[in-house]
Amino acid sequence: MDLPEFRPGDTVKVHVKIVEGARQRIQAFEGVVIGINRKGARTSFTVRKVSYGVGVERIFPIHSPMIDKVDLVSRGRVRRSKIYYIRKLRGKAARIKERVYRGA
Amino acid sequence: MVRGMIGRKIGMIQMFDELGRAVGVTVVQAGPCTVIEKKKDAKVQLGFEEAKESRLTRPVLGQYKKAGVAPCRVLREFHMDDPEAVEVGQEIRVDIFAPGEQVKVVGTSKGKGFAGVIKRHKFGGGKATHGSRSHRIPGSVGQCAYPSRVFKGKKLPGRLGGVRVTAPSVTVFEVRPDENLVLLKGPVPGSRGGIVLIRKK
Repeated sequence: MDLPEFRPGDTVKVHVKIVEGARQRIQAFEGVVIGINRKGARTSFTVRKVSYGVGVERIFPIHSPMIDKVDLVSRGRVRRSKIYYIRKLRGKAARIKERVYRGA
Repeated sequence: MVRGMIGRKIGMIQMFDELGRAVGVTVVQAGPCTVIEKKKDAKVQLGFEEAKESRLTRPVLGQYKKAGVAPCRVLREFHMDDPEAVEVGQEIRVDIFAPGEQVKVVGTSKGKGFAGVIKRHKFGGGKATHGSRSHRIPGSVGQCAYPSRVFKGKKLPGRLGGVRVTAPSVTVFEVRPDENLVLLKGPVPGSRGGIVLIRKK
């Protein structure tokens, strides 16, 4: 699967194929990558977003055919590979700093 | 058509079905098998994997010479549908299977050694706490002065695994004729690298 390179802390937009009866449409799920579970071909990543005040997390297998594409929205700077602590934070504390590269 | 073939279990992987669901799949390298001998009652002997001539005895080698085929490491018998269509020396490939088909898979289960009754016979076991000292023991094995013995066939600890096991209905997930692979939905008996027989139902 040709997914863009992303890391925990990045904000991504996952375009998910949704089958409704005979029809198929694409829905976007935008949120922060809070972890990548690396297991070779079974690698998956967890995306978290806050929807109407409720935290929603979805786990996507990286090779899932249900993923149409993944857009990298923004890159965030975090110091952990699994940023589960963000679940307990809300408001200003739950922000993630943008990751910027010098000279890039 | 021959109603089955010999293969080697390679391992399990994850695949996605047509609905996008993740499915555990066993990869089996099946065949190509050679027809060694046609037997009575619409049966056929298939051979799988080449064997060194130096490892075989001369009487056995004669069997292969008669068939005009290379010596094989594994030999098994299978039924066939129309005996006239099968010839000695013919190669049987995975294309006899189709995705979605139900098959029987025979293998030698993984040896578990000397196992207790919980693992071996699915006993419930005793209490874990509350002063209990019977955690994984079998409990009573019989009655009292009559019959003064333990009945034959009583489920007790002992050797588990390492026997021939048939998985009665396994679904074929995918067939890859160019790689001689059959992908079977779910697990099949045996360890990785073990010999398995795939039989049509």
